Amino acid sequence: MAASVSDACKQSVKRAPLNTTSFQKKTRNKLLSIPGTRLSVQNGQLLVSTGVTSLDYLLGGGLAVGTVLLIEEDRYDSYSRMILKYFLAEGVVCQHQLFLAAAQDHPNDIFQELPDPILDDVVMHKPADPPRLSCDPQDSFDAMKIAWRYQNLPKVQSVLASSSRFGHYYDVSKTMEPEMRQAAKCHHFYHSEHPSQPSATHSPVLEPYAALLKSIEEVISREGFSVAAPMTQSRNILRIGLHSLGSPLWGDDLCFQDKPKHSHALTTFLYGLRALLRSSLAVAVVTVPSHLIQNSSLMGSITRLCDNAIALESFKGSERETSPLYKDYHGLLHVRQVPQLNCLTSQLPDHKDLAFKLKRKQFSIERLHLPPDLSETVSRVSRGELAGAAAGGSACGSANKHLDF
Amino acid sequence: MFAELNSILNVSPEDFSRGEFVLLSDRQSDASFLIHHFLGFYLRAGCQVCFVALAQSLSHYTAVSQRLGVSLSQAKEKGQLVFLEGLNESLSILNPHDARKGSEAMDFLRNPSAGLQSLVQFVSSSFSHARSAVEGANDGHGPPVLLVDDVSLLLSLGATVDAVLDFSHYCRAAVCSRLKGNVVMLLRCDGENDVESDDDSERLLRGLTHQCSLALHVRSLPTGYCRDIHGQVEVCDRRRQADSQQKKKTFQYKVHDRGASFFAPGTSSAVL
Repeated sequence: MAASVSDACKQSVKRAPLNTTSFQKKTRNKLLSIPGTRLSVQNGQLLVSTGVTSLDYLLGGGLAVGTVLLIEEDRYDSYSRMILKYFLAEGVVCQHQLFLAAAQDHPNDIFQELPDPILDDVVMHKPADPPRLSCDPQDSFDAMKIAWRYQNLPKVQSVLASSSRFGHYYDVSKTMEPEMRQAAKCHHFYHSEHPSQPSATHSPVLEPYAALLKSIEEVISREGFSVAAPMTQSRNILRIGLHSLGSPLWGDDLCFQDKPKHSHALTTFLYGLRALLRSSLAVAVVTVPSHLIQNSSLMGSITRLCDNAIALESFKGSERETSPLYKDYHGLLHVRQVPQLNCLTSQLPDHKDLAFKLKRKQFSIERLHLPPDLSETVSRVSRGELAGAAAGGSACGSANKHLDF
Repeated sequence: MFAELNSILNVSPEDFSRGEFVLLSDRQSDASFLIHHFLGFYLRAGCQVCFVALAQSLSHYTAVSQRLGVSLSQAKEKGQLVFLEGLNESLSILNPHDARKGSEAMDFLRNPSAGLQSLVQFVSSSFSHARSAVEGANDGHGPPVLLVDDVSLLLSLGATVDAVLDFSHYCRAAVCSRLKGNVVMLLRCDGENDVESDDDSERLLRGLTHQCSLALHVRSLPTGYCRDIHGQVEVCDRRRQADSQQKKKTFQYKVHDRGASFFAPGTSSAVL
């Protein structure tokens, strides 16, 4: 594993120095130590965490810098929005910069809903909480009865920067502290604030997305995320979250027309985004309401323009919610595409049947397996039968089970 | 280049036929490893290669070719390879306020419905430019070869099916007929094998399959997902057949770090 990284380093040293994309393997002597990133052990790519550790594992260690992750939304956009919030929260914790674009809610509303990270080893500046001194012997005796000699040690451990860990856990029942959120630099783009104006120079990217692409490009060049920018300033990663692209709220007619007027608006934008990201230290997560898009080949071309693609299918509102097969999970997760990053092979997942569950402190993605059948009456119901029965109506399924001979 | 694929197709860098139009297509899988094979193959054969790379960046192709033993940067310096990096060039057009001025090849992005003339101009000018440069030097440059990574991206960027079919026709006329070179194009489709579907990419696939002389169709395994067998390749060979009858052969493949191995269906090492 380590050999491949050093091999990659030697290879990139031998190559001509003019590398202007962010996809280069980082050589050892100019290793950029950007907080919150690490090198992949498989192919030496620079990775960032998505905020969900099981998703990181699925993607081969993390999201490679310069790539786009496409999430096909579930029916009510609950879990895809959750993953987007995890992604942004991870950026706050790792001190990356954030860019969020949305058409439905104002990005500030989404920022206020970010989950609270579970950090036990970070010095948080809490002015309201004065450090408790052990000047009061009674107190100290009450505090520690056995290890009382350790009472005098400082309460907070030595500074372990939050970014030294890769991937954090979040508590979704609480929202992030405002101070922590404001410490991170956030840019946002709210679609209603940018009314479509006929620009002087006609951009081929069609109107709903032209302003968005321009705004992203401005942020990248202004804040110095471009790989071609001078190396003197300290580098950081820009995390771009694009919520619900392709939905009618963006002004695109993909979702309600069989033959949309400008079917290539979104795909041209995604091409421009890919071009921007390949030459910047940025990562993008895009969610698309694929269940609304009528044209299946269009979804295929959107998927091919992104690097990683996953689809979420939640059980909410469907008969599967009450099915005993799926009672441990909230939905299914399909891996649509894995990227090829600077090599011929890609990190194919081991299994394709995955299910996810949103717990309070973890979004876990596991392999779906049948629970053991421990009921008294042996119900020989296969998975396909159960799904078929569920579609037809649960009444016949239960009636069959009560047949007694 | 992959040695096993060379033996399957009965070609080698020293001996291959000219005037061929090779079509690589895939459906729910990824045939881009074949583009790397042909890129390495024609560079090793000493051909004059023009690579229209719309899908990935230059450093991706350079890194992969390095592992396969071919140096793209050296080939570019020698003048053997003309590389159009679509991603980079399109940025100056998709962001009009950008001060950079890219090459005119991607100008079709300004008005995609008007056609792909700018791309055809680029292709023919790159070959004529290279020929005049080579004419002076007594170089043994082989026949010209055009490689297009991802014709289906042209559809995604707004070109119509007719425009793309015209583009491939003009490229064939310029490269295959006039200059006696080869053309290799990659086309990515998706969806089930719906022959009667009137989808854009299906129509394009049918049109290009009709024009081509050698087609490699990459499909995923019909029996499901397997980590050790990445898919199957169907080789339809219409070259050198007097009665234009096609020979069809099917192989299964697995892509490694430094190549790909092809084997007869059912003989994978994972199974035997």
